[in-house]
Amino acid sequence: MTELSQLDLYHMDELLNEDERMVRDTVRRWVEDRILPHIEEWAWECTFPLELVPEMGKLGILGANYSDFGLPGLNAVAYGLINQELERGDSGLRSFASVQSALVMYPILQWGSQEQKERWIPLLGSGHAIGCFGLTEPDFGSNPGGMRTRAVRDGGHWILNGEKAWITNGSIADVAVVWARTGEGVRGFLVEREAPGFSTVDHHGKYSLRASVTSQLVFQDCQIPANAVLPGTTGLKNPLFCLTQARYGIAWGALGSAMATFAAALDYAKSRIQFGGKPIASHQLVQEKLVWMYNEIVKGQLLALQLGRLKDAGKASHQAVSLAKRNNVWVARECAKLAREIHGANGIVNEYPVMRHLMNLETVYTYEGTHDIHTLILGQYLTGIPAYEPPA
Amino acid sequence: MKCIVCMTHVPDTASVIKIGADGKHIDESGIKWIVSPYDEYALEEALLLTESKGGEVTVVTYGPQRAEAGLRECLARGAHNAVHIVGGESTLGDSLAIAKVLAAALKDREHDVVLCGIKGVGTDNAQVGPMLAELLGLPHVSGVTKIEWSDASIVAHREVEGGYEVVESPLPAVITAQKGLNEPRYAALKGIMAAKRKPVEKLEVGALGLDESALAGVEATYSVRSLELPPAKEAGKIIQGEDDPKAAAAELVKLLADEAKVF
Repeated sequence: MTELSQLDLYHMDELLNEDERMVRDTVRRWVEDRILPHIEEWAWECTFPLELVPEMGKLGILGANYSDFGLPGLNAVAYGLINQELERGDSGLRSFASVQSALVMYPILQWGSQEQKERWIPLLGSGHAIGCFGLTEPDFGSNPGGMRTRAVRDGGHWILNGEKAWITNGSIADVAVVWARTGEGVRGFLVEREAPGFSTVDHHGKYSLRASVTSQLVFQDCQIPANAVLPGTTGLKNPLFCLTQARYGIAWGALGSAMATFAAALDYAKSRIQFGGKPIASHQLVQEKLVWMYNEIVKGQLLALQLGRLKDAGKASHQAVSLAKRNNVWVARECAKLAREIHGANGIVNEYPVMRHLMNLETVYTYEGTHDIHTLILGQYLTGIPAYEPPA
Repeated sequence: MKCIVCMTHVPDTASVIKIGADGKHIDESGIKWIVSPYDEYALEEALLLTESKGGEVTVVTYGPQRAEAGLRECLARGAHNAVHIVGGESTLGDSLAIAKVLAAALKDREHDVVLCGIKGVGTDNAQVGPMLAELLGLPHVSGVTKIEWSDASIVAHREVEGGYEVVESPLPAVITAQKGLNEPRYAALKGIMAAKRKPVEKLEVGALGLDESALAGVEATYSVRSLELPPAKEAGKIIQGEDDPKAAAAELVKLLADEAKVF
């Protein structure tokens, strides 16, 4: 298998420090040993490998960029590289880790009470508990501000009513971070699996992220204790902060997928013989595709890396994150399509990783802010005019 | 238990090897360096042992500056201390020279056991461990796939052709680890961060009372005349058999007998 590191024209490795390289190589090795031999089967059978969750915890993948409660305390670049390596394996596995770290542990650490942190962070970090994040609803995707889920105080409790949709890890979660309207604005709640009136239904028939669980969360007069609210949450900006964290990881993760489909395409092109004993890699049209992929991956790496350095310096704006998510996921999706073309008929079967990545990226392209919404976020940044909610 | 693990930093086994311009070394550009896989078994055994019986693990390497990354990897997995004897380019492949350097570094360090990989996957000589044992005046067991530890002795299984041999040895001893001894762990990401704060002791060969230029010169026991890549594989032969399978089978048998000489 071709290693991109052997084609490192821009000496990208030299831009990383020793810990960052060691983190990347450790996670890569784990993915090669534990994910790649089985991922086609998991995706085909639509199973999520629950048994790997404690392994991820032991390795330190979950909440890797936080340092509270004995977590590894990695910088943003090393965290990004973890996502890259996980998604080189599969977008579904990376999604699991993104949700656990950026969408569940992050809000608990940022806005949770000491009691909530002590209860959940060690369990989530070690992979002994799984979390999910409920913001999107069946009728409110790009516009979460329209959410209908409500929480009302009732004596010593909160009563939740509403529905969340497209929730990664939903039915396997021990705890859900649920966002709901209240009399005091949008607030976050920790809803435990056993809460009365809380149920989940999996989305079936997915052609994408098949090695990942996606569910609806249903709250019917769901009663949760008064202290289930994340005390520091006050409005829609809280879940949006979470999304910025997750999107940052996706900007790196998508590169991992692109590297996987590029490497597969390059190997295939060099070994597939047509027209008089020559590999198809000798064809100009095939070379053009390979060059496009490589070119965009190199640019995407520089983008992700600078974004990571900015994040570590506390200077990464959410618009900068949008730009990297938008670009790198698009690049990964295009790479998967080109790799699929280069593989010809072989590109559609699961002997090769290409079609799985291609289908996965259809999700990644429109989750965590669709490509188009990120375009509009950047459009607003440039013009000052929010096109999704234009002024009268 | 005080454990010393000897580690060598080698090209990744997945590397594409090119011969260097002098025809005697490999071209190191673009090579990714790793802890030799057999040394990972040695390290894992030392970590398991100290986790169950207490003690500490010191990893020692004799290699150029870049070998420090290998030591950091071992520290990240849980080794307590690291010793880097800087050098080794000129004595590469000379097992006796390497064993002399390691022995000089180890002789005054307390150790209940010294563990090495059975061989470094770089030059594949497999002699360093036994030579080191001789120089230290210790018994050695090589190619070990299982160890039962007691306080002052071990019972070890070593691989021999078609089976295994059970050997008892007093401690301290030198053990070389074979594949199958254990399942090496991954470095925990937290361990990678902790490794930054662990000490790496740097030593010059001269400080051990040895002269590296003599080891590589008048005292050398090994020299490389030339390095060559294996010849490129010839294209396979395909016998078309769709029209006349009988004739194709006969042709195959003939080629296997006359050309491939398999019988």
